[in-house]
Amino acid sequence: MYGGGYIFDEPNKKQLREEEQHDEPEKLAAFEERIAKGEKIEPGDWMPAEYRRQLIRLIEQHAHSEIIGALPEGTWITRAPGFKRKLALIAKVQDEIGHGQLLYNAAETLGKSREAMINDLLSGKSKYSNVFNYPAETWADVAVIGFLIDAAAIVNQVANAKGSYGPYCRALERICYEESFHLKQGHDAFIELATGTPAQRDMLQDALNRWWQPIMHFFGPPDKVSSHSEKLMQWKVKMASNDDMRNQFLDAYVPKVWELGLTLPDPALRKNEATGRWEYTDPDWDEFFRVINGGGPCNAERLQVRKWAEEHGRWVRKALMRPAERKTFPAA
Amino acid sequence: MSYNAALTDLIIKMADDELIQGHRNSEWTGLGPVMEEDIAFSSMAQDKIGHAWALYRILHENLEGKDPDKFAFHRPEKDFKCSHLVEMPNEEYGFSLMRHFLFDHAEAIRYESLVDSSFEPFRILSKKVKGELKYHTLHANAWIMQLSQAGEESYQRMQEALNNTVALAAGIFEPSPEYENILIAERIYPGEAALYQRWLDRIYPILVKASLNLPDMKTITPAYGGRQAIHTPYLRPLLKEMGEVFNLDAEASW
Repeated sequence: MYGGGYIFDEPNKKQLREEEQHDEPEKLAAFEERIAKGEKIEPGDWMPAEYRRQLIRLIEQHAHSEIIGALPEGTWITRAPGFKRKLALIAKVQDEIGHGQLLYNAAETLGKSREAMINDLLSGKSKYSNVFNYPAETWADVAVIGFLIDAAAIVNQVANAKGSYGPYCRALERICYEESFHLKQGHDAFIELATGTPAQRDMLQDALNRWWQPIMHFFGPPDKVSSHSEKLMQWKVKMASNDDMRNQFLDAYVPKVWELGLTLPDPALRKNEATGRWEYTDPDWDEFFRVINGGGPCNAERLQVRKWAEEHGRWVRKALMRPAERKTFPAA
Repeated sequence: MSYNAALTDLIIKMADDELIQGHRNSEWTGLGPVMEEDIAFSSMAQDKIGHAWALYRILHENLEGKDPDKFAFHRPEKDFKCSHLVEMPNEEYGFSLMRHFLFDHAEAIRYESLVDSSFEPFRILSKKVKGELKYHTLHANAWIMQLSQAGEESYQRMQEALNNTVALAAGIFEPSPEYENILIAERIYPGEAALYQRWLDRIYPILVKASLNLPDMKTITPAYGGRQAIHTPYLRPLLKEMGEVFNLDAEASW
């Protein structure tokens, strides 16, 4: 997982800063020409300040989403039923933490340290994907997350992997490769429940009903209200519109849910064969913004867990910064 | 006592230790002091749980044991034979790290001794497991050395962790004379007393290098009981949690 389509920005910084784009017009023109030709931008290359700022914001939030995203599923590692599921889930969540590590490294190439990013996460300044502010209540939630939310993330990440910043693209290539295995394990667990006992099917249907709105929220607000800049598209920071990604996801995965005889809690959900686009009831976007701003059912809990890890691990990190201070052991 | 009963007893002890230690390691996923340690503990958790699975399969295939999933996830506490060391909650990272150091060296020595066991499944398994444990012990040694040499707080924490874990770790080698004599005579493995001595010989020089003081092992009381199914209060809730989903319907496929 888990870069959602929506990248939170502080409201007063929503607009690109004009003065930063025009301070070095020749360099800017050369930069934009490189991107237009499909070249990758590397850490030492000249880049507009706004490009750097937007990328840090994007990659940092993606990284946070990975390590926070490990938590709802992580709570089921100790309860996973049977060896196969248990081993697969540990490996999967471990991968997510590894993705966080890769992404923090990629963001660090732009000049912000991992510590500064973690601090911004803990203070609430920097956000992560909203979808992880909902609870994973049953084992079926793990199947729904592993199948549908990983699938949604892949749609987003495959698009971003074609972006313009080299270190981010290379991290995403590896991430997408691992995510495709996650999707398989999620799908496998999902099918097991869907074809299992009546109680297992009920558990799965209940999880689907609860997760549908967060999944619809995943790609962010509709294009008609989402003010993402043309510039970000031109710079290949943002690679596809929220609605396009959502449509791609619905097209690939709704049929897979329906073919198992399961339902989705939106009577209006259908594909318009004439336009090729999916139609659906708009999810509650007020709820989306409420959750992003800290009002979701698990925002506090998620950050509390990260704070515990930060506080209880502080002495270890401090010790890593002071190698061999107490060097008393014999050389042999 | 029969050969089969003695062998079954040994396999259950080894497997239950691995399963519960793996469970404890997996609890660090998402909570480690640095991301790299999160990943390391998750990785070791997979190996440990994988070893347990392999051992339960050996029981199932050679000694009329139950299906491994049912045996692990649906067995009452009174039939578990893990040591008290692995049952203890993770607490602080220092405790978990020291437990990992002591446990993994004990495990490494045990599997090394099985390379020429007269029981073929042990010979096959130990070859694979030994290779994995090399990395587990490397990891433990590196962190023990680093943290015991990085300032007073860190050193004190490591020494305290050692003091708190060493009697528990000695409990890994709880003797079962009636079974062990058969297994030693049949050249299955060298017995707990021999492994205990090798373990001390292995960990002692590393602790000296790290300037950590191993308590006088003659004065400690090893935490015995686990091998006779007398457990700490921590095992029961752990098992309940582990079987929570599986036991919603132990006959269903999950």
